Amino acid sequence: MVACGSVDDGKSTLIGRLLVETGSVPLDTLEQARSVRRGGSIIPVGEIDYSLLTDGLEAEREQGITIDVAYRQLELATGRRVIIADAPGHEQYTRNMAVAASRSDVAILLVDATRGAREQTHRHLTVCGLMGVTDIAVAVNKCDAVGWRESVVTDILGHVRATAARLGIPRVTAIPVSALHGDNVTAPSRHLGWYDGPTVLQWLQTWQPTSRPATGTRLPVVAIVRSDGDFRGYSGTLSGSLRVGERIAVLPAGTPATIDRITTFDGDLPEATAGQAITVTLCEEVDVRRGDVLTNTDPSVGPPGRPADRFAADLVWMAEEPLAHGRSYLLVSGPTWVPATVTTIRHRLDVTTGHQTAARTLSVNDIGRVEIATDQPIALDAYQVNRDTGGFLLVDRLTCDTVAAGMTRHALRRAFNVVPHAFRVGRAERSRLNGHAPRVLWLTGLPGSGKSTLANEAETQLHHRGIHTYVLDGDNLRTGLNKDLGFTPEDRAENVRRVGEVARLLLDAGLVVLVALVSPFRSDREAVRARFEPGEFSEIWVDTPLAVCAERDPKGLYRKAASGSLPNMTGVGQDYEPPEHADLILDGSADLSEQVQRLIDHALG
Amino acid sequence: MMATVRDSALAGGSAISADEVLDYLEAEAIGILRETAAAFRAPVLMYSIGKDSSVLMHLARKAFHPAPVPFPFLHIDTGWKFREMIEFRDRTARELGLTLIVHTNAEGAAAGVNPFTHGAQEHTRIMKTVALRQALDLGAYDAIIGGARRDEERSRAKERIFSLREPGHRWEPRRQRPELWHSPNTRLTPGQTMRVFPISDWQEIDVWRYIRREGIDVVPLYFAAERPTVARGEQFLMVDDDRLPLQPGEVPQLRRVRFRTLGCYPLTAAMLSDATTLDDLIAEVEQVRLSERAGRLIDGDRESSMESKKVEGYF
Repeated sequence: MVACGSVDDGKSTLIGRLLVETGSVPLDTLEQARSVRRGGSIIPVGEIDYSLLTDGLEAEREQGITIDVAYRQLELATGRRVIIADAPGHEQYTRNMAVAASRSDVAILLVDATRGAREQTHRHLTVCGLMGVTDIAVAVNKCDAVGWRESVVTDILGHVRATAARLGIPRVTAIPVSALHGDNVTAPSRHLGWYDGPTVLQWLQTWQPTSRPATGTRLPVVAIVRSDGDFRGYSGTLSGSLRVGERIAVLPAGTPATIDRITTFDGDLPEATAGQAITVTLCEEVDVRRGDVLTNTDPSVGPPGRPADRFAADLVWMAEEPLAHGRSYLLVSGPTWVPATVTTIRHRLDVTTGHQTAARTLSVNDIGRVEIATDQPIALDAYQVNRDTGGFLLVDRLTCDTVAAGMTRHALRRAFNVVPHAFRVGRAERSRLNGHAPRVLWLTGLPGSGKSTLANEAETQLHHRGIHTYVLDGDNLRTGLNKDLGFTPEDRAENVRRVGEVARLLLDAGLVVLVALVSPFRSDREAVRARFEPGEFSEIWVDTPLAVCAERDPKGLYRKAASGSLPNMTGVGQDYEPPEHADLILDGSADLSEQVQRLIDHALG
Repeated sequence: MMATVRDSALAGGSAISADEVLDYLEAEAIGILRETAAAFRAPVLMYSIGKDSSVLMHLARKAFHPAPVPFPFLHIDTGWKFREMIEFRDRTARELGLTLIVHTNAEGAAAGVNPFTHGAQEHTRIMKTVALRQALDLGAYDAIIGGARRDEERSRAKERIFSLREPGHRWEPRRQRPELWHSPNTRLTPGQTMRVFPISDWQEIDVWRYIRREGIDVVPLYFAAERPTVARGEQFLMVDDDRLPLQPGEVPQLRRVRFRTLGCYPLTAAMLSDATTLDDLIAEVEQVRLSERAGRLIDGDRESSMESKKVEGYF
């Protein structure tokens, strides 16, 4: 269960009371909540300050706010265990709301009766809807302050219902409460003649999971277990069901196979059901790797999994650094990791009004619909069908931070529509004909550092030696191929990606390719490098002091930037991130012929 | 009052058995252990000899069956553990054929660091926190599996299952990665490591019920027996050897006690109890409802002492 609402709505008090009155709080902790007081508390010593039970970190207690998701447990009389994911209510923490809701079936949404449904109410509903929460109880708190009037509750429920219907949240109810006085939390209120619904605890107690249509079998392979003899097992946690002798397919390859054994520490099983952590062996000797997904092939148990490499998905952006269109991230879904690029941002969602607005990027706490391309086919399901195989993370390749959470909506193009054709004449054949190996020399550095000059000189000399070359110059490409791109970080990422792809084609054609491109961001350059085999690609840093570049100013850019008319100029308005592991560093302020020689030696080395 | 609420609220809900809860928790923990073994270069499991460690050890054996557990077990020995713990540790490792690494802060031991002259805080810092960092650096481990649970202490309620540590084992609350579904981000930059807590969602009662269900062996100190103890304030300390300085006139007395949590014997208080079997013990845990760490003498030093220790690299 996710608990949404802000401190001011009385959320800590409601959750604290639920925990205390179900006997879920240890006695010594309870004693502390009676005796310890922090600044600002108006609860008399001797009574329970419920907020002390739920605020966790020292830093937060000092600031008096909740900044992260906390997990607490409540044991119901039925034996069912409720994990409460307590998410903070402030706008800037949409990401924490998403985290808390990602594992939740149900939500308690706090609304202050004296203030009514507000912006944040709609924001919480939107996140709950996106993350797949099916049941929402609107706890209308502080009802005592509005005289327990029915109209207040009906009015709030009306607002919430309208939004919930738009979001496809099936079940919504409203419970009038006073968390402070304990009305309708675990005990029915004496003030509510008109209300005959459940208390918050009764609502939780009687909850039943929504019955979903058969979703098919998925076993994402987390680990491969090898043991004495020829035991080779594939371990993972199961969605759907699986039995011995069943025909399955290994995705993304689609290789058919048959389940031989389902083994556990406690003995073999004839069949396994959803949520079990099992190890299976296959009758056939087929190639299965970590990250592959075993799927049912019989459509009567649900749709079989199918790999694709283009998807429409909703993203919750979680990083301070905004989404860079065209940049390569790592997509993680369970044990499956593949490089992926956001190719299109369809819209950003206004979480308050539900309106879709055009966007060029997504910033922290933004939610948007995007199109994603993966480097290899992957078997993602629709999130509404299977959270575990439909949800994914995007991870920054350099910082390794999680930058977004994604919910797959549908596959856009099945991967088998595009199968790379293997041609008879390849790179090796072309290289033999040319008499030299192909190579990409990627010159990066500040504007005016001398990249184009070095490339021009080096190409002239290589050409005279009979080497087939081509120069890709950033400014020249911007007049044609990259004409549609500007200089924002997102556009620069796409610019670098395109030039990288052209360089790959030219490399495949057998050429020595010299690239002269500012390419200021490390992650963009790393993404290009990842597209090449070791030895094919060199990152060459033309390291010229900014003052020298500005002094040269061959295109008058530094002058324009100084006057303020070029806001995204690298080195002035935007940072240049120097390579950390350059294959070669050239000094653009030193003698030109010497630096050219070093470049040529590197190219031929 | 509590009982009334529980009874009256039972109406309408369908019952879930304790076994179903344990099945869920077990599958979740096994999934996490497998992911850790597969995603990291050099994982290690912190083995503290306590009940949570015993459960973790059992889960690890289940997770990789029929193959052996693919990572070593590490015990940080402060030199002040109960003798019965050390005997149990060595016997378990031998019987189960596990790789056990024991590390002690050699400089600390040579300098004679102990809980009495150096104080509990300083002893814990040198012989546990510093020793742990030494052992982790020595083994160059990148994933450290521990048995911490979210119900143990308030600051743990926000701990991730995969909890990132910056270079130098520092825990930075604001650098923690968002955790969604069952898709952990296990990538590390140079110098970063991961602490992994597979039984985060378990409660103390689940641990005991699981031990009973699975027939897991635990240190006998958890069960009540006549033990030589001294009373200090409201707490009882066991006189495990002759290194415990007795106060003037203090004479150890045999009392029927057991331990709820195990650590260094001079820092771990016993509780009076008659629970000699798992059934007794589970009945007692269901009834007593004091937080488990109440018996640990180091936690009470300061309101947020656990959090401060964690920032330094304590488990």
